[in-house]
Amino acid sequence: MSADLESIWVYLAATPLLGLTATLVAYQLAQALWRRLGMTPLLNPVLLSILALAGFLTVTGTDYRTYFDGAQFVHFLLGPATVALAIPLYRQVGALRRSALAVVVALVAGSVTAAVSAVGIAWALGASRGVLMSLAPKSVTTPIAMGVAEQIGGLPSLTAVLVILTGITGAVAGTWVLGLIRVRDPQAQGFAIGVASHGIGTARALQLGEVAGAFSGLAMGLNGVATAILVPLLVRWAFQP
Amino acid sequence: MVLFYITLLLVCQLAGEVVARLAGLPVPGPVVGMVILFLGLMVKGGVPADLDRVGTALLSNLSLLFVPAGVGVMVHLGVIAEEWLPISAALIAGTLVTIAVTAWVMAALGRRP
Repeated sequence: MSADLESIWVYLAATPLLGLTATLVAYQLAQALWRRLGMTPLLNPVLLSILALAGFLTVTGTDYRTYFDGAQFVHFLLGPATVALAIPLYRQVGALRRSALAVVVALVAGSVTAAVSAVGIAWALGASRGVLMSLAPKSVTTPIAMGVAEQIGGLPSLTAVLVILTGITGAVAGTWVLGLIRVRDPQAQGFAIGVASHGIGTARALQLGEVAGAFSGLAMGLNGVATAILVPLLVRWAFQP
Repeated sequence: MVLFYITLLLVCQLAGEVVARLAGLPVPGPVVGMVILFLGLMVKGGVPADLDRVGTALLSNLSLLFVPAGVGVMVHLGVIAEEWLPISAALIAGTLVTIAVTAWVMAALGRRP
């Protein structure tokens, strides 16, 4: 690299422009690749972009904080996006009213199972406190999960990755589990996938059909709220000093 | 009007932060903001077209918004390498158990007329 190029790199590496642009470019490339390869859940575009960007930062010796100075403009939008989840939730109000009892009971059962199973299994296998707290909100959409993790003493950025891996797990293996326990009701199928694996699961549930997709979206929104309320209370109760 | 609804989302988020802190709620501010907007939509009885446009723009690119935080994994590679067994067991078994329990409860209750 000539001295000129090097001084340009030194300049760019320190501006927010590079982190922001790299994020948008990586994501769109990952999405194009994912579409070309038949939208398989294993090649999730979020996972691909994270791997590509982490690799790029490592190779160029850029630290995460410098990258985040630029990427924070994208990250900030998680707040308003969470607020906007009220819109799909509002659209499902009719369906919600019709199966209110089943929805509420299944929601609480699923929300508690998600947190307790994750923390219980990891605790039994000797995970540290920070990892346990980062795992607890793993089943809900990232903006909410990160907020909860921050509140209960987890690592929000670790939670973000765990949330994405959880979504991929649910999308890949969800229908297999549903077949195993012989649940064929599309409302229950969609709701279960949405509770356990948020938006990435919802994308998979939409492929099962309109009813499963709608109930998965509903479950994702409701479990976001349920987890935000229940997990900090469970943690306070289970880990009292 | 699009600008108005972008502002509305931010105002809901801000109000959510204030309410969560004032009331000492164990819930992230944006979640309270979501509840506030939800109640607003119930009162209004519909989703204004421009709000729908703003919401769709944000939510259709929702997965992009996860990326910057996800890249933070590079900071935690040490923890993940050290605790890969509990982490992967919790992720896989925990998620599958959650799907099974939720689906089973919902199907059992839904069968009743």
